[in-house]
Parts: sequence; structure tokens; C-alpha cells
Amino acid sequence: MSIDLSKRQRRFLAYSIPVLAVFAALVFGALMLILLGADPIEGYSEMFLGAFGSGDALIATILKATPLLFVGIGIVIAFRANVINIGAEGQLVLGGLFATMAALYLPEMPAIVMIPLVLIAGTIGGAIWGWIPGVLKAYYSVNEILSTIMLNIVAVQLMAYLLRGPLIDPAEIERGTRIPQTARLAESADLPLLFGSDRFHIGPLLAVLCAIGAYYLLWRTPLGFRLRAVGLSEHAARYAGIPVRRTITLALTMSGALAGLGGAVLVFGGESHRMVTDGSTLGFTGGAGFNGIVAALLGGLHPLWTIPASFLFGGLIVGGQALQRAVQVPSALIVALNGLVVIFVVAADRYRATLLAEDGRDMVADADDEGGGEASAASSGVEPAPRGTDSFRPTGTYDTGDDR
Amino acid sequence: MLEMKGITKRFPGVIANYRVDFDVYPGEVHTLLGENGAGKSTLMKVLYGLYPADEGTVLVDGAEVVLESPNDAIEHGIGMVHQHFMLVPTLTVAENVSLGLKSSRGFLTDLAAVSQKIDELSSQYGLDIDPSAYIWQLSVGERQRVEIIKALYRDARILILDEPTAVLTPQEVDQLFVTLRKLTDDGRGLIFISHKLHEVLALSTRITVLRLGEVTGQIPVEGATRESLATMMVGRSVKLKPDKLPSEPGEVELDISDLTVMGDRGLVAIDNLSLEVRRGEILGIAGVSGNGQRELAETIAGLRKAESGSITVGGVDVTGAHPKTVRKAGLAYVPEERMREGAIAGFNVWENLLLIDHGSKDFLRRGLFDFGAITDYAQGLVEAFDVRTPSIDTPCGSLSGGNIQKVIMARELSSSPTVLVASQPTRGVDIGAAEYIHRRLIDKRNVLTDAEFIQAKLIEHRNACTAILMISEDLDEVFGLADRIAVLYEGRIMDIVDPDTATREQVGLLMAGVEPETN
Repeated sequence: MSIDLSKRQRRFLAYSIPVLAVFAALVFGALMLILLGADPIEGYSEMFLGAFGSGDALIATILKATPLLFVGIGIVIAFRANVINIGAEGQLVLGGLFATMAALYLPEMPAIVMIPLVLIAGTIGGAIWGWIPGVLKAYYSVNEILSTIMLNIVAVQLMAYLLRGPLIDPAEIERGTRIPQTARLAESADLPLLFGSDRFHIGPLLAVLCAIGAYYLLWRTPLGFRLRAVGLSEHAARYAGIPVRRTITLALTMSGALAGLGGAVLVFGGESHRMVTDGSTLGFTGGAGFNGIVAALLGGLHPLWTIPASFLFGGLIVGGQALQRAVQVPSALIVALNGLVVIFVVAADRYRATLLAEDGRDMVADADDEGGGEASAASSGVEPAPRGTDSFRPTGTYDTGDDR
Repeated sequence: MLEMKGITKRFPGVIANYRVDFDVYPGEVHTLLGENGAGKSTLMKVLYGLYPADEGTVLVDGAEVVLESPNDAIEHGIGMVHQHFMLVPTLTVAENVSLGLKSSRGFLTDLAAVSQKIDELSSQYGLDIDPSAYIWQLSVGERQRVEIIKALYRDARILILDEPTAVLTPQEVDQLFVTLRKLTDDGRGLIFISHKLHEVLALSTRITVLRLGEVTGQIPVEGATRESLATMMVGRSVKLKPDKLPSEPGEVELDISDLTVMGDRGLVAIDNLSLEVRRGEILGIAGVSGNGQRELAETIAGLRKAESGSITVGGVDVTGAHPKTVRKAGLAYVPEERMREGAIAGFNVWENLLLIDHGSKDFLRRGLFDFGAITDYAQGLVEAFDVRTPSIDTPCGSLSGGNIQKVIMARELSSSPTVLVASQPTRGVDIGAAEYIHRRLIDKRNVLTDAEFIQAKLIEHRNACTAILMISEDLDEVFGLADRIAVLYEGRIMDIVDPDTATREQVGLLMAGVEPETN
């Protein structure tokens, strides 16, 4: 990098990069609006008002952000253990299904018992859907990105089968409409509403508590310590006696559990108080399983920063609908806009990492200054990747794999 | 034709090359000799444009050149035959050679012309390569010749050969040398990297020896003998010999019997080996690296499966146990590769100090880390082990190698282990020590270098009755510290000798696999 920046400037820039990325995506979106003959300023102001402009808008945004936050925290935990969980869609679905089944089959109980039970059921459902790829990765070296994507597909089919068959609302069969949805679930399982609102439930509060919990877990507990150790260096963790496989399994299980809890909140916080699908995951999750990943990235893979990041992204979705109504553009534009944000945030993440890495290099100099006379000791240690690469790729014939 | 002046290359916490001068004349073979980790490969990667040098200049034909990528190097007539071949196995020789080059037919490949030129080069230098053969069909020696053709095809006048004989059979080595001589007869300059002394003497015109990143000598081959080269490679260091009380060995704490272990490539690495280490002694394992040292240490630590045999630590059978169980039995382990295995670069100093004991009740309050207790503990260790770090919150990756090693030592020794396995405890720790010693003279601080400090700690713990297995390639260190020296060769113990009576020559012969005379 040719520009010389002070350490503080670099750090500031690094942390503002995700925001700049969103801004850049919006500029691109403005170009698209202009091409469609719409006024971008009017569109964006409608979008802003639609997302944050009124109490109702804020509530809608927060409710939209809630599943994103649950998923996002799970992504952060997995990512800190160097595991990439793309399976949040499926985990949300499983969480929803387990919670729904709990509400359908458990006997009538007071809300104080019922609500925790259905939420726990959802958590367990998601946890199972995270545990499977966790075990596959840790013990059978199955790439978790592939296995979680595959499990998403399995989850959709499972949901479609259950909601069209065993779990379908009997009324749908009588009427012959056969919409894939369950009956109105037990009222005692409805999430309590707050502030006298008719739809603002405790879900968002729960999600924020989970984020704070995840922060403590990662940085203040031995378990989180192990997760991060494994994430940073599987080798060194194993040498130190940390059970690497169990830790990896646990990371994916926890990640799935949080998404599962998010799924349960979607069901019992939803206005229809039943599980509904249109035959795809999107019909139930609204894409939260994928958007949550972006929220986590936008939040710098930090559980607390994921809170405002989810809120922002929720606003983008809710505001997008307002924009579409106001300037009469095709709904595909909103999808495109979300996609642009994703691309910009993900692409910018690399740049952010580079900036922070340079930060690390600065500290070498610091250590020399303050440590005194240490400029030049050496180790067998890290070699940065060579700057250029040969025009030929290594054949890998001499790869020395570890046998344990 | 080539001149490298004052090349210095630093990696985080490491100086790989320090003010290295190197040159090549037309028609000569200039050998770069040195032990593993001496900085040979780094120097060549700088020359080939893979690493930027921090200091120093490179001149080709008297003009300074900038080498920012292999393409720059190739443009200036520098070619490299890598130790690990850079060939695509599923393509033919001609396709591999033409990869990355402009074709005379634009977008279309021009394999006929390429093949013809390969045939010409092949017959000119006796390389005997069929341009239409697929790489996967070729033997290792043939693949190497393809690499040479690749470089020649690109008109390399200076050819770097990075340990070309390491993968060859003796017959293939002879054939390679014939080819190389033809290349020098043509006026090309060769840079030959090796640590096999007889090959170096057979092939070279001049020899430059690197040790710990610095040039320790440059001599024409006429004046060189195996002994003089070996001395330059290993060096006679001016380290203080650590003060040592006579050892008072107690009970056997580490007992290895009939151990057989496979290496990464499925070959026997440890061959029916038995060893005992008693409390209060340091058993030094000497040997050329790659003779099973790594496998031995990893198997003891529970990181590698034993095929047969048993290991007990402090009387507990830990054969095949999880690393955690082995540590519970009283083992501490200082691994060979400190940045990859011993410490986590992204973790800060206190986190690395707690890598093993982070679950201990001493550091927890109501299930959460008690940062007060942790800070006291970490600060105490940092002071006791003289770790130079701005704070305990500094990431370990930004410390020097010596300080990282002290962090690892502090962590491993803090548990008062019954058995300590230390692999290469000071290797690379004092690289660039010259620079360091200069500073020491100026500010008169600090009596010990990092390596000396670490060695003193080992002695201290041996006196405190820890059983220590120290694996080291540094004979000075083995002779200075060990109470008994076991020489490892091809996974077997050749002999166990007493450092007070044995000579370095005797140990050197054992290291080369010469059976001890029966007496």
C-alpha cells in the first residue's frame, strides 16, 4: 500500500469499511434506479422512512432483523472456530419444525412453562442440524460448506413433507385448499408482547441477550477460548491438548442451535402463529439464513457489532419494500440491491483484513522499540506467502499431510 | 554475471538472511551450502523474485535489476529448478514448457514448434525427454529434467538448482551432473544448493557457506575439504557453556520400549526404539534432522499413533492416549515448529500462556475468566522468563522468535512437569545474534542471549528433578547440556554416549550411521 496511514487512521478506516461498502452498494443501486427511470433521491428517502421513519417502521425493521441476528451470532461463533456455516436456512427450518411439533403435541400448559419449552425444542432442532455437519467435518473431514448446503435442501424437503402431510392444518384438508401450513398453534406458546404493541414480541430482546451471551462465551470463558484457539491454529491447539474435533463439532452445533432458536421465534412471534411455507425455505425464513451471514460479516464477525449490523440489514429489507411501492420499480430491484450489499460487504472484508494485518506489522516495530534490543531474533516460524507465484502450480506430490 | 549485495530478508520475528553477498560468474557452479533453515532457500527466492528483499541489491551483468516476480527474474535470464516440481501432471512435457509463454500463433498453441525446440535442447544437453509424454508418466528424475528444460527454454543463463539431488537415486545424480557440466561449458552460471558435502565437492567451482542467515565463508573448491566445510556449516559458537552440576539421575520417568512409528509418507520413521529418561537428567538426542526426531517427539506427546511398543510417563502408560491425557500424566512439550505448533500467532501473550491451563479454577470466577488472576499469573511468567513484550496483550505473532520461545517455555515449565520433551529448543532463536550482540555491547543490558537463557532454564529444571528429553541438531547444545547423548539414525538409537568422554567426531560418525566399534 502506497498511502502511509497512522495506526489509528488505519484502524478507523478498517472499522468503517463495512459501512462504506453498504454506501457504495447504495450508489450502485441509485444508478439502477436512474436506469429504470425512477428518482433515486425520492426512492432512498422513502426507503429510509419505510425502515426507520416511524414507530411502526422501526418495529417492522427490528422484527425483520431478529432472525438475522440469531443466525448472525451463530455464524460468528462458527467462524471464530474457523468453520463456515452456510446451513442456517436449514437450521432455522428445523428449529421451526421442532418448536411447532412441541407446541402441537405437548399437552396444554401455562405460558410460563410452554414458551421456554417450545423455544428449547427449536434450539434442539437447529442444534441437531448443526451437529450433523459438525461431526462430518471433525471426524470425517467432510467440507462443512458443502454439507451444510446439502442439509438446507434436505430441510426444505422435510418441511414440505411435514407441512403438507402429518402436520397440516386439518381445516386445510376439509376446505380442500391444502395450503402447506399448520393449525393455529397453542396460544400459551405465543411470545409475550412488549410495550403494548400488537406485534413487538420478546424475540428481539432474546436475540440481543444471545449476542451478549456469545460475546461473554467467546472472550470470557474457557470454552470460547478453545473455540478461538482452534479457529486460529488447529495445529497449536492440538499440540496444547485441546480436543480439536469436539470443539469443531460444538462450534457448528452451537451455531445451529442459535439459528434453531431463531426459527422458533419466527414461528411463535409470527403474526399467524403457525408455521407456513410456500414450498421453499424462503417461504418460511425470508432468506434470513443467508442474510444473517451478511449481517455477521457486516458486523465484523463480532457478536456485539452484529446487533447494529442486523438492524441495518433488516432496515434495508423493510425499507426496500417501501422503496418499491413508492417509485414503482420491479421487486427484483430490491433483491438486486440486497445482493449488491452482500457483494460489496464480502469483497470489502478482505480489504479490511489487510488493513488490520498491517496494524499487526506495526506492532512488530513497537515491540522492538519497547522491548529493547530484540530487533533480530528469529524462529523457524511463519513465512508470509511469496509475493508472486510461479507460472506453474505445484503438483502437490510432496504434500506432507499429518496422519493424526 | 550475477551479483547479490548485502541481502537482508526479515520475516515477522525472524531474520532469514542478514547482509548476504553472493555472486556467480559465467561457466561456474557456485554452491550455496548450509543446514536446513540456514537461509539458502530464502536467498534464492529473493533472487527469483518470490520474496522482496528488505535490504540489498541484485545486479545482473553489472546493472542493478528489480526482481518483483518470477517473470522479472526470467526476463533477466534467471531460471530456477524448484525442490518441489512446479509441473502439471495431467499435461504433456511440451504443454508444461509452453505454459505461461506467448505462442507464436496468438491464441492457438504452438506445440509442434515447442516440441521441436525441446528435442533440440534435450539432445544438446543429454536430457533424453520426449516432449509428448505426460508428466504423470515420468519418473522423478525425468520430471526434474523437464524443469531444467523449462528454464533453458526461457533462455536462462543463470540456473538455480534447489537441492536437486535430494529426490534422485545415485545413478540419476551422476546423469544430472553430466548435464550440469554441459550447461557450464556453455557459459551458463549455476547456483547449486545442497547440504551433501561429497556432491558439493564433486560439482562446485566455488562454495559459499550460510549459517543462521549469514555468510560464514566463501572458498574455491580446491581449498575445501569435508571437514573445513562442516566446520563452517555447523560453526563453533562462542556461547557460554552453561554451568552444570553433575546429574543425579533418579527413577525412570519416561520409558519408551520397542516403539515403532510410521512417518507421514507411510515409511517407518521410528524403528523398534527403546529409551529411558530418568528424573534429574537431560537425555540429548543428536542426529541429522529427518531421522525420526519429529515422529519420536510427536508420538510421546500423543500427536501421532504408534504402530507398536509402549510409552509411559511418570509410570502411567500413555501409549495412544490423547495429548490432553499425556499432559495430565505430567508431560510438557516444546514442539519443533514454534509458530505452527507451539504458539498461536493471533493469540496474545497471556492467551498463549494459558493455552493449556485455561480451564483451571485458579483463573475462573463464576465460570468466567478472572482477568485479575490471569494478569498476575501472566505478568509473573513474563518476568520470570524475561519475555520482552510491550504488554501481555500483545499478539505473539509480533514478538521475536526468541521471545515466542520463552513464552512457550514459560507455559510448559509452569506446570512443573515430570517429563519435558523439548524439540530444537533454541534453533533459530539467536539468528542475527551478531546484530543483537552489538546492541548488548552498547547498552550493557542483559547478560544472556535468548538461547542461553532457554538453556539455563532447561538446566534449572533438570536440577529440580524434571526428566528432560532434548532433541537438538545443534551439537554444541547437545554437548553443553545433555548428561547422556543418544544418537538417532534412521529411527534407531545408534549408541548412547557420555558427553564428557565422547568426542564430536565420534558422535558425528554415529550421526552418519557408522556403527560403533565393539569394545
